[in-house]
Amino acid sequence: MQFGLQAYLFVGAVLFVCGLVCMATKRNGIGVLMGVELVLNGANLNFVAFSRYTSLGLDAQIFSLFVIVLAAAEAAVALAIALNFYNNHLTIDVDRANKLKG
Amino acid sequence: MNESLMDGQSLLFLIFAAITCLSAVAVVVAQTVVRMAFWLVLSLGSTAALFFLADADFVGAAQLLIYVGGTLVLLVFGVMLTASGPYLKIATSPGETVLGAAIALLFMFVVFSAVNGVEWPAPAVAQSVSADNPAGNTLRPLGLSLLGTRPDLDLPDGDQLSPGYLLPFEIVSVHLLVVLIGAAYLARAKRRTGL
Repeated sequence: MQFGLQAYLFVGAVLFVCGLVCMATKRNGIGVLMGVELVLNGANLNFVAFSRYTSLGLDAQIFSLFVIVLAAAEAAVALAIALNFYNNHLTIDVDRANKLKG
Repeated sequence: MNESLMDGQSLLFLIFAAITCLSAVAVVVAQTVVRMAFWLVLSLGSTAALFFLADADFVGAAQLLIYVGGTLVLLVFGVMLTASGPYLKIATSPGETVLGAAIALLFMFVVFSAVNGVEWPAPAVAQSVSADNPAGNTLRPLGLSLLGTRPDLDLPDGDQLSPGYLLPFEIVSVHLLVVLIGAAYLARAKRRTGL
């Protein structure tokens, strides 16, 4: 049994959907950030699969390298924001972040 | 040579794909954020294994070094610094869980049927693979393309070089520096009386 492009895309889709559900349903702020990491990895897996199985070649792998670097930068800023929220409100529950509610 | 039902590479793909998918589902299902972090590390580590299986050695190594060894450690630090006491559980209500699961399965079905309905074109030119240039050896072409030359795309007459990825490389480097300085400033320890 040979696993081709569809198999990699299926795994990428599972990662993406799990990350999306994590982002949408978790009440812990750090849990939402973990969902973001899952989504980015699903996209990376898609890129690498297309690099291997279509004529995209090296361009897709370079793009996934940039995705990894940018995800690290975004995780740092998001964690700094989460830490500030925790220091000010002593909770990391995103349902308590309703000061801007109309 | 007898062909078994599944050769070694397919078996490894199946194992790592199963670990990745099940760990990703476990991240969603886990009740405490520390367990979510553990399943996330497992999921991203086996994604790196899938990268190695897809002949992307450098991307797989970068995933292990930067993502698992850097970003996820940062997330674990964040979990530690925002801990909310051992008996306080922040959990979603059962109605929301069922709704989330239903929407997730629906979305999964949509994505998968969209992916299956496309006739993906095969690679135009088979890459030259030899004993001293194995299939995953992407380090030199990737490095050279980040420096601005694309030796795998150069036209035959030699004095036209296609542009590499030097400008995005510079931009991302400066971006990373600025973002990390900004994050360190944002997360600094503040005095109690003022911010």
